[in-house]
Amino acid sequence: METPASLTPALEVLDLHKRFNDVEVLKGVDLVAKTGDVISMLGASGSGKSTFLRCINLLEVPDRGTVTVHGETIKMSTSKYGDIVPADSNQVIRLRSRLGMVFQSFNLWQHMTVLENVTEALIHVLKMSKTDAADRACQTLDRVGMLDRKDYYPAHISGGQQQRAAIARALAMEPDVMLFDEPTSALDPELVGEVLKVMRNLAEEGRTMIVVTHEIGFARDVSNRVIFLHEGAIDSEGAPDQVFTSPDSAQLKKFLSNAIH
Amino acid sequence: MALPSYATPAQRIWHYIYLAMCSIVLFFLVMPLLVVIPISFTSTPFLQFTPEMLRLDPDAFSLRWYRIMMGDCSDPGITTVCSDNWKIGALNSLKIGITATVLATTLGILAALGLSRPIMPFRKLIMAMMISPLIVPLIITASGTFFFFARLDLVATFWGLVLAHTILGLPFVVITVTATLVGFDTNLTRAAASLGGGPIRNFFKVQMPLILPGVISGALFAFITSFDEVVIVLFVGGPDQITLPRQMWSGVRQEISPTILSVATILVIMSICLLTTVEMLRRRSERLRGIRPS
Repeated sequence: METPASLTPALEVLDLHKRFNDVEVLKGVDLVAKTGDVISMLGASGSGKSTFLRCINLLEVPDRGTVTVHGETIKMSTSKYGDIVPADSNQVIRLRSRLGMVFQSFNLWQHMTVLENVTEALIHVLKMSKTDAADRACQTLDRVGMLDRKDYYPAHISGGQQQRAAIARALAMEPDVMLFDEPTSALDPELVGEVLKVMRNLAEEGRTMIVVTHEIGFARDVSNRVIFLHEGAIDSEGAPDQVFTSPDSAQLKKFLSNAIH
Repeated sequence: MALPSYATPAQRIWHYIYLAMCSIVLFFLVMPLLVVIPISFTSTPFLQFTPEMLRLDPDAFSLRWYRIMMGDCSDPGITTVCSDNWKIGALNSLKIGITATVLATTLGILAALGLSRPIMPFRKLIMAMMISPLIVPLIITASGTFFFFARLDLVATFWGLVLAHTILGLPFVVITVTATLVGFDTNLTRAAASLGGGPIRNFFKVQMPLILPGVISGALFAFITSFDEVVIVLFVGGPDQITLPRQMWSGVRQEISPTILSVATILVIMSICLLTTVEMLRRRSERLRGIRPS
C-alpha cells in the first residue's frame, strides 16, 4: 500500500520555455521524476539540456512553465519590466537546498579545503553545529571515497577527486533530487570511471537523480528512463532498452551512431 | 643574463650598454628615497651630509628630529619651530585616510560588481565617469569640489575631506576589483546558490575571499592617495585641518628642517611595509589556487 505522499512526484516540470535574446533554447519541456527515478538526459551540444537543468533550480529563470518539488510549486510573478521573476526568493533558496547540483567544472571553492567546502552549506543553510556538520561531511566524504583527502585544497587534487568532493558537497545536504550537469565532461578519460562509480552507487541507493550526460553506457545501465532532447524539445523518451535498441527518430539514430563511433 | 660565448663584439658592447642603462634608471628611481634616510639622523639643522657623518662619528648622528616630529620640544639646542603639528597631522591623515579608504572600498566593490554584469546599461560611460578623477587635473577637481562643497557647508569639515578623498580613491578600487572580477568564475557563486545560500552570504563567503587580493590592492592605493594628498586639503580643508602632507608642504615653504626628512623616512618605511603586505597576500592567493610563484 502506497501512501499518497509517496505518490507525489519528487520533481515535476511542466512546459518549460526559455529564450536567450532571439534564440529559443527550450520549447516546452516536461519531466516527471518519481522518488528513486534515475533519468538520463541526452542530446547534442546546444540542445538545451544544461539550460533545462539550470532552470529546475532557477539558476536560470524560465520564461514559462512550472517547477514543482515534492508537491510545492515555485511561485513566479511578473516584474514591473515585464520579466518573469521568482515571486518569493526565500522559497527559491529553500527549494534549491533540496535540489543538489553537481556541475561540469566541479565549482569547488578554491579558498576552502575539501571538508570546508562540504560543511559550508551545512553550517550556514541547514544551521547545523560545526561538529555535527563535520561529522556528516566526513560520513559523506567517506561514501565517495574522499575522506583521506578532506584537508586538501581543491587545486591540489585531481579532477576526478574534485568532482567526487563536489558530489559530496551536494549529497551532504540530503537533497530530494540530485541534478548532474555533465559531471564527467571536464575529466580526463582515465578519471571518468571513479566518478561514474560514485554515481552508480547513489543510483543503487535509490536516490532520485537527473543526469545530463554524454556517457551512453551510464545512461543505458543505470537510468530507468532516458530523455533525448533535440533543439529544445523532447525528441524521444522511454526506458533505456527501448530508446537505445530501437530508436524510432532519425535525430536519435544519428546522435547514437555519432556517439558510438 | 649571462652573455653566451658565441656573442659577437657588437652584441657584447650592446649588452653592457643595456645593463648600464637599466642600472642608471633604477639608481635615479631609488636614490632620492634612500639618501633621505641617513640625513634624517643628522644632529645639525642642515639638510646635508657633514664631514663628521661621512666619518661615521657617533656624535654626528641623533634622533632629535624624530623627537621634534613626535612633539618633544625639550631639546635645548632646537632653533627651528617645534609644535605638535606633526603628531596632529599624522593622526588627522590616518583618520581621514582610513575613513576615506573604507568608504571608497565599499562603494568601489559595489560599483565594480554592478559594472561587471553584462546586463548593466551604459557600462562604458559610467566606468569613464568613475575613473575621471584619475584623468582630470587634480587642481580642477579640487577647485570644483571646493565650490560645490561650499554650498553644502562641507568645506573645512572632516567629512568634506573624507568625501573628497573618497572620490580620488574610488577609481583605484573600481579598476582593481573590476580586473579581478574578470577572472572570477561565476559558476562558483552558482554552486553556492544551488546549495541554498542567499546572495549576500554567497558574496561574503565565496566571492569576497576570492577577489580579496584585488580589493586589498585597491584599498591600499586609495589609502596612499588620501594619505599623501595635499591639493584637495589646501582647497577644501580648513586652517585647523592639518594633515601630514599639508604640514610637510608648509614646512618646506617656511623653513627647511630635517624633521621633514624624519617624516619622509617614516613614510618610506610605511610604504615598504604596505607593498610587502600586498605581495604576501598575492602569493597566498596564488598558493591557494595551486600556482607556484616562479
